[in-house]
Amino acid sequence: MNALAPVLASVSGTDFIQNLVSGLALGSKYALIALGFVVVFRATGVINFANGAFVLVGAYMTYQFFQTWEINFYLSILLAMAFGFLLGVVLEALVLRRLVGEAPFTVIMVTIGLLFVMDNVVTAVWGATNLDLGDPWTGNVVEVGGVRMSHRDLWAMAFTATVLAAFLAFFRFSSMGLAMRATAADPEAALAQGISARAVYRVAWGIAGLVAALAGLTFATGNANIQPTLGLIALAAFPAMILGGMDSPLGAVIGGIIIGLVQQMTELYAFEYLEWAGRNPQTVAPYVVMIIILLVRPYGLFGTPEVRRV
Amino acid sequence: MTALGVSNVEVVYNEVVLVLRGVSLTVPEGQIVALLGANGAGKTTLLRAITGLLDVHHGRVTKGSVSLSGADITRADPAKRVKAGLAQVMEGRRIFAELTVDENLRTGAMSRRNREAFDDNRARVLEMFPLLAGRLRSTAGYLSGGEQQMLAIGRALMASPDVLLLDEPSLGLAPRIVDQIRDIIVQVNESGTSVLLVEQNANMALQAAHHGYVLEHGRIVKDGPGQDLLADKDIREFYLGMGESGRRSFRDVKTYRRRKSWGS
Repeated sequence: MNALAPVLASVSGTDFIQNLVSGLALGSKYALIALGFVVVFRATGVINFANGAFVLVGAYMTYQFFQTWEINFYLSILLAMAFGFLLGVVLEALVLRRLVGEAPFTVIMVTIGLLFVMDNVVTAVWGATNLDLGDPWTGNVVEVGGVRMSHRDLWAMAFTATVLAAFLAFFRFSSMGLAMRATAADPEAALAQGISARAVYRVAWGIAGLVAALAGLTFATGNANIQPTLGLIALAAFPAMILGGMDSPLGAVIGGIIIGLVQQMTELYAFEYLEWAGRNPQTVAPYVVMIIILLVRPYGLFGTPEVRRV
Repeated sequence: MTALGVSNVEVVYNEVVLVLRGVSLTVPEGQIVALLGANGAGKTTLLRAITGLLDVHHGRVTKGSVSLSGADITRADPAKRVKAGLAQVMEGRRIFAELTVDENLRTGAMSRRNREAFDDNRARVLEMFPLLAGRLRSTAGYLSGGEQQMLAIGRALMASPDVLLLDEPSLGLAPRIVDQIRDIIVQVNESGTSVLLVEQNANMALQAAHHGYVLEHGRIVKDGPGQDLLADKDIREFYLGMGESGRRSFRDVKTYRRRKSWGS
């Protein structure tokens, strides 16, 4: 312990709390993306890699509404979310509808294809250079007890909390939410109850697009943060969804926050403790955490273990 | 009045496998009709043709028609058929294991938008199955086999169907529970629902049924009033396992005899 004491002292308490807050903010952005994965997985049993493209399109569409067409910022966010919903619904109708009943693997490969196609469409439309959203939040900071919290981080956390609450209520109380869970559990039995699988899939993809657009916005704020690589950020949220347990909204959010914290803390301490691990251990850390958690709980922290009588 | 009519239906799977070869049957309004047959006779396929679930199994009705209360539903999608008054209890119960008992019941009422009717139906179902009333919040997958079957029936009744289809409700249940299920089916029927009961347990089915059909290799080979079938020599031999000289081995039975007595 004594050998560590001088090193520990070099990271001050305020630094720690500051990073904790930043980690929480980053985590809640990942959580938003993970929620988009969860809704599609929950209804259709498929991991939707195209979610990354939805995030990307969401960021660019907010820019399009706000900067290019000069619409009110908050209205632009709502419009981008509506566009995300439409995009999800249209893709479902054009592509995924035809794959109902095929093996999940086939559908997953198609979503990966969609990710790359949409990435390229975005670059073709808006170009490869970074764009500046110019949102009214960037640069504004609140200071609480020596810890600085930026407005955009606070908004990101508020969005995540709202979406999580909406999801929980939706799956628990609404007919459509129940229909989704039934369809995911046993599609044929759900059909037999008169549940329209088409409506379920359509709404699931629409909601995924809508939430992803919001997630895209949270990553787009700040100086010149809109870039085509945003789509790949969704992949960093992937371990968040897995370790949360694939089908649990609460798990997605907690998973996202864990990943955000791990990433931020690794960045803070790697310099001193993980010198041997190279320059960017924080990009690998989420996956290491995911592997460790899955070894202990194969269905994730909050996932539904298979219900079976023995 | 005919509640459910199946007329000359032919079903093909994967465009090649012919499973039903011109099957006709009717379920008169307010009656229980039993459909008997061995494994692979086509019973479940016939039900799928009625409910519209053939698509899921790459099957197709290539000839004939299905009608519900006089309206043709041969090509309607499954949700529309449920709305039109058709509900089913699938083979193997197929309850949603991860959902609670109450949520399972709610899925059954998904095709009905009327809130009052929902409350009435739920009260009626819980009265019929008091066991479920005490376990509304339990995870359905942890119920016993008999309770799961009751939940499956209760879920189907939540749609307040005109016609109820049951696919082997007695499968894998203890004899006492089978009797209980039979009584429930009779009770459901007495409250005005027409029933098509598909069973391998011929004894149970024919005790409850007004009329019975026997399906073999995709064809109806015999039909008649339930009591007549129960007393029929061939039915007793092949479906109830009771020959004149007591039990005997199937090996001794020559198949051409069966063809001869039923085919003519």
